[in-house]
Amino acid sequence: MPSVCFYFQVHQPFRVKKYRYFDIGKDHDYFNEKGDNDLNNERIMKKVARKSYLPTNQVLLDLLKEEPEFKISFSFSGVALEQMEKYAPEVIDSFQKLVDTGRVEILAETYYHSLAFLYSKEEFRKQVELHEKKIDEIFDYQPKIFRGTELSYSNDLAEEVEDMGYEGILTEGVDRILGWRSPNFLYSPKGSDIALFLKNYKLSDDIAFRFSSKGWKEHPLTAPKFARWVSAINGNGEVVNLFMDYETFGEHQWESTGIFNFLRSLPSEILKHPDNNFLTLREAVERYDRVAELDIPYFISWADSERDLSAWIGNPMQRDMLNKLYDLEEDVLRTGDEKLIDKWRKLQTSDHFYYICTKTLSDGTVHNYFSPYESPYEAFISYANALNDFRLEIKNKAKKAEA
Amino acid sequence: MENIKVLMFGWELPPENSGGLGVACLGLSKKLNQKGVDVTFVVPRKTEAMKNNFFNLLSADINYKEIEVESCLSPYLSPQKYKSILREEKDIYGKTLFEEVSRYRKCARKIALFENFDVIHAHDWLSFGAGVEAKKITGKPLIAHVHATEFDRGGGTGVDERVYRREKEGLEMADKIIAVSNYTKNIIVEKYGIPETKVEVAYNGVDLKEKPAGKKILEAFQEAGYKIVLFVGRLTIQKGPDYFLQAARKVLDHSDDVIFVVAGSGDMEEQIIRQASELGISDKVLFPGFIRGKDLHSLYKSADLFIMPSVSEPFGLTPLESLINGTPVLVSKQSGVSEVLTHALKVDFWDVEEMANKILSTLNHDCLKTCLSENGKKEVGGITWDFAADKCISVYKSLMK
Repeated sequence: MPSVCFYFQVHQPFRVKKYRYFDIGKDHDYFNEKGDNDLNNERIMKKVARKSYLPTNQVLLDLLKEEPEFKISFSFSGVALEQMEKYAPEVIDSFQKLVDTGRVEILAETYYHSLAFLYSKEEFRKQVELHEKKIDEIFDYQPKIFRGTELSYSNDLAEEVEDMGYEGILTEGVDRILGWRSPNFLYSPKGSDIALFLKNYKLSDDIAFRFSSKGWKEHPLTAPKFARWVSAINGNGEVVNLFMDYETFGEHQWESTGIFNFLRSLPSEILKHPDNNFLTLREAVERYDRVAELDIPYFISWADSERDLSAWIGNPMQRDMLNKLYDLEEDVLRTGDEKLIDKWRKLQTSDHFYYICTKTLSDGTVHNYFSPYESPYEAFISYANALNDFRLEIKNKAKKAEA
Repeated sequence: MENIKVLMFGWELPPENSGGLGVACLGLSKKLNQKGVDVTFVVPRKTEAMKNNFFNLLSADINYKEIEVESCLSPYLSPQKYKSILREEKDIYGKTLFEEVSRYRKCARKIALFENFDVIHAHDWLSFGAGVEAKKITGKPLIAHVHATEFDRGGGTGVDERVYRREKEGLEMADKIIAVSNYTKNIIVEKYGIPETKVEVAYNGVDLKEKPAGKKILEAFQEAGYKIVLFVGRLTIQKGPDYFLQAARKVLDHSDDVIFVVAGSGDMEEQIIRQASELGISDKVLFPGFIRGKDLHSLYKSADLFIMPSVSEPFGLTPLESLINGTPVLVSKQSGVSEVLTHALKVDFWDVEEMANKILSTLNHDCLKTCLSENGKKEVGGITWDFAADKCISVYKSLMK
């Protein structure tokens, strides 16, 4: 003890191109930007593959070969996998190689990286099902642990997920909920028997956000130093949940920061301490007992300092779009048109709403970094116009069916 | 420590002005005074309106003196004057203006000899000459504060050589330059050949408070279900009213129930009215002329969206006035104010298609309008004169060492 649980989120949305009011009724493709900009999904996927996915996969494959005790967990959104298949199939191959080692776990989630659970339970279940299918197709793998979009979580979600047959679920180790408790144990959600994993946000963010920050007093962060912090948990924790975006390696933290060398030497440094080990989340559920029940009636997530859903549903523009989108559910499904249904679901990806977030605009913080749009208002305008076009398309389809 | 004493040369003070220059000079001087700087503000002439206004302000704790220069100058920017000069002389500046500027310059020598001050601070080319003379005769450091350049006024159609020469002299003679935006700083560096390190940026502040509206305006249109899109500004090339109309045409292609209001007067007035009829949208464009005071506030309040399509705008006060009145704004990227406003829609002034896209999107989504206006109003509350005053004080101190 403690067991390190590395979990990486692999996700890329289908970003909506600059879609003008005049395009409504004329152009029904929202995700096909071809220009030299950050709305070009093909361009982004190829860039991230080159800078992050491929080199990091190589590092991890080497580590898995060298360190028989090393283990990792991944989550792949369906929309990310789809884009890899389309734009960078070699990335799929390299992930398959990792999974083939038998020491890589894959988590369940919604195919479209959506917030569907908040709006429609049926839609939520359908998307999890679609994701399972995709993971089985590509990796021949059946997930046992569930991860809500951006670690969104509440008692209700845990209950639903338990009902669907999963054994565990992940979320953020939010201070206001934990109080004096530590994130370094397994908990059980109120109302269900599955295991609840809490992100150790301090240690996770040391890598994900602070690694190259020159103003940080621990800079530069070395593998021995980080391993020391992990070992310090010995005696007062059983799991150290290091959850982060996979793009941390090479994309958010560039190769020049030394992030790959850090990753390369981290497992062996951690394993130098005889009490430390690595586990997949699934193994951790088997190995450890739950120390207490946690009551989380309201949704939390890993986003921003609020650690709630305000990054996606915090302002009237976001809520208006989400309501209008899910209002279409019945009409869209009734068309039975697979392409339209898929398009509707691609519009559900949480990133679209994250880009419309205005709460930190004036401070110019993390949302600006992660948004491909000039401002949340630009993001809203393109999305709102595209959604209007989509609504028209559904209407016309219904009319034709009647006639 | 003793107060810093500043001899400040300006051209106008409210309400006797038709541009943002006087408003900015007053706002900055008040704040400097609050921060313990002794400002002696010099204007070229005194009028009754200015005197009243000025002494009213004095009673509100301002202890700076107004020094009247013995000359009878008239600001060139009042709309009526502007128009008449244009008709009579076909020269927007007119010979008299240059004579007046020269006289102001000469008087500055006398003032500089009698007054006690540490630094000289001159606002725009009209006052640069005065500042330069004061520096020559006393050897005190000169700060040239740039609120607008000849390149802004020309709107890309060329510059008046006589003005350019005077601007360049002032900028070169200055020990330090303060620009109202990075946009303006770039012009100073690129067009006047001034080293970048000599130019500091100090964004203008605003002393705006939401004022009660006057009589209701355009109510009949609103009741009939029309949305209202507003332009407020001089009708000159610089302000881009022609782009506003081009965008209006595109909007009306897609939506019938929109009224466009062009509030202002200027040398392009006839051309703009003609353009509206040539575009076939005369029935959807209103020209109420030059509007001020309470009526202007009512106009802001009745609009659904305010647009500042300026071709070149060093700062730009009107969008802030609009936001204070709760109306969201769309501003051109060729403006200083677009650097300080995040809760605003932004376009290149020439991209009328994108302008129309943003107008239509705003008019069709109340939630966008609400977010822009609520967040924008809050943001304007944070744009105060403190930043500019602190910047000036640090410049003063650096020059007094």
